[in-house]
Amino acid sequence: MLDFLQTIVSGVAVGSSYALMGLAMVLIYKTSEVVNFAQGEMALVSCFFTYLVLEYHGFPFYVAFPGALVFSAILGCILEFAVLRRAKEPTILGMIIITIGLEMILMGFVSWKFGADPKTMPFPISPYDSVALGEVFVSSLEVLTFFVALAVMAILFFFLRYSKLGVAMKATQQNNMAARLMGIRTNRILMFTWGISSVVGCLAGLLISPMTMQPYMMWGPMLKGFASAVLGGMTSLPGAVFGAYLIGIIENLFGGYVSIEFKSVVAFAIVVLVLCIKPSGLFARHYVKKV
Amino acid sequence: MDMKRDYYEDVQFFSSGVVLFWFLLLLSFLAVLPFLVKNYYIYMANYMAINIIVAVGLNLLVGYTGQISLGHAGFFALGAYGTVILMSKAHFPFLLALPASGLFAALLGFLLGLPALRLEGPYLSIATLGFGLTITQVIGRIEFFGGRQGLHTPDLTIGPWHVESDRDFYYLLMIITVLLVLGARNLIKTKVGRAFIAIRDADIAAETMGVNLTFYKTLAFAVSAFYTGIAGGLFAFVLRFIEPEIFGMMMSIIFLAMVVVGGLGSLFGSIAGACLLSWLDLQLRNILSIPYFGEWLEALSKSYFSITGVSNIQFIVYGLIMVLIMLFEPLGIYGFWIRTKIYWKTWPF
Repeated sequence: MLDFLQTIVSGVAVGSSYALMGLAMVLIYKTSEVVNFAQGEMALVSCFFTYLVLEYHGFPFYVAFPGALVFSAILGCILEFAVLRRAKEPTILGMIIITIGLEMILMGFVSWKFGADPKTMPFPISPYDSVALGEVFVSSLEVLTFFVALAVMAILFFFLRYSKLGVAMKATQQNNMAARLMGIRTNRILMFTWGISSVVGCLAGLLISPMTMQPYMMWGPMLKGFASAVLGGMTSLPGAVFGAYLIGIIENLFGGYVSIEFKSVVAFAIVVLVLCIKPSGLFARHYVKKV
Repeated sequence: MDMKRDYYEDVQFFSSGVVLFWFLLLLSFLAVLPFLVKNYYIYMANYMAINIIVAVGLNLLVGYTGQISLGHAGFFALGAYGTVILMSKAHFPFLLALPASGLFAALLGFLLGLPALRLEGPYLSIATLGFGLTITQVIGRIEFFGGRQGLHTPDLTIGPWHVESDRDFYYLLMIITVLLVLGARNLIKTKVGRAFIAIRDADIAAETMGVNLTFYKTLAFAVSAFYTGIAGGLFAFVLRFIEPEIFGMMMSIIFLAMVVVGGLGSLFGSIAGACLLSWLDLQLRNILSIPYFGEWLEALSKSYFSITGVSNIQFIVYGLIMVLIMLFEPLGIYGFWIRTKIYWKTWPF
């Protein structure tokens, strides 16, 4: 029983970082129908930027981490402005190719600069400290990840519901043309969406980096985040969070009780199974295209 | 200019005698090529030919039927492992083992095509991606497939012909490649190919016209997987040693990049894209030995980047090509070729 609880708790902890990546991908997909395969690498660049600032230039944490968030916001905006906006007659496949291309460029630069060997991120919380919740042990980093994920969800919820920019974002994603007629600069909204999504991804990256820090570190979490976003329906923020926790928990249970070796592929098996039954994910309304 | 006047003009294999002439010239060039160049270039040609088979197969799925696949490295691995295991453990002859593993890949392609019937866009991409990753993981964990250590390919003999050197293998490979590419061209000209194109352009309209979506979509996956499986089986003999790590996610992406860079929905484009990207792949592996540029790059790496990560420049180059092609010439090399042709045909105007 205790084992079971322990597995669930660490599943939730892993799920939190997937949830952040999933939220980031859903934000972009909702507004622009672009599957952003570069999400993980945008976070990766921000993480290595933080590492560079902390390790080579000796800035303190309270400067470096907010700096990283600002940097990631600017990075997201620049990528949207310089690359995505320039696409002529974009198709879904074309956009996927562009973001995969961006992913390769960003990863290429990071691994050219830092090499492939693992680094250690100087992080204020060590990933080896743990906190006892009753009889279950959780590392304090996992607790932090969980609360950051909760905070991000709450902020996004209030932002999308009450702030002017958030409402404009919702208007853009519901009907681009109507939003433009109402005086919203939809291009700029798209740019800000990329910025915000990049910040969310960067948070996920910063929380993953104390455990592993090498150029391939975001690839797995990005794919899992994407899988959970798809599971939740790709257009639903709560859906992505739900999918992420579901995948995190099932993955850990599978790893604990069935086979540790195939732990990393079980997420995709779940996604394929769910998609067979509900082709648009669990939470999105399935709409049939009219001709 | 290229107006078709009747049905038979549309379905004929070579649209004119000129095309046939160039095709025969290309065949004779391919036949004498190994006697003209050094061994390394024969190896390069082999590598290109394998990528051409994959790109043509993937283009049948992505370019002609309009379905995204990010998991073709899985079929490639299936073909490679299938051929090697059938030959070394079950002692099948090569000419039986290769089609058998291709058909096995096609079977799995059919199975993958079933969920794909209802999926599109991001949903389809995650499903195929998960498929590719799963195949590689499963192969890597099972001892029978050599596990992480990988497998050595057995000797290749076809009847009395002992295929040993790169040059021998070149002829075998070229025969298979030419046959498969011609097969793909033929397929597109038939009812099946037109059904694929109809599905790509508007699947609902195609269905109302009597195209059986279930049949043709799964068929597209199966044919594409068959091509990739055959290419995988041949690739094992180029490398002479296979391990699960080479069939990773990156390989699927590069296959897709070949198709897109070459031009979606064009066999000529697939061939050009496959040649370009395989050439780049081989060149960029030892990028520092390129004259002048290599030295400049080394100095740049030493002062601003790291010298250990210099091989990762190939990712930057690939990424740049993919992004730039999509931004400026969405039809890829084929689109560029068409534009050049039209420009010169109408020249002073």
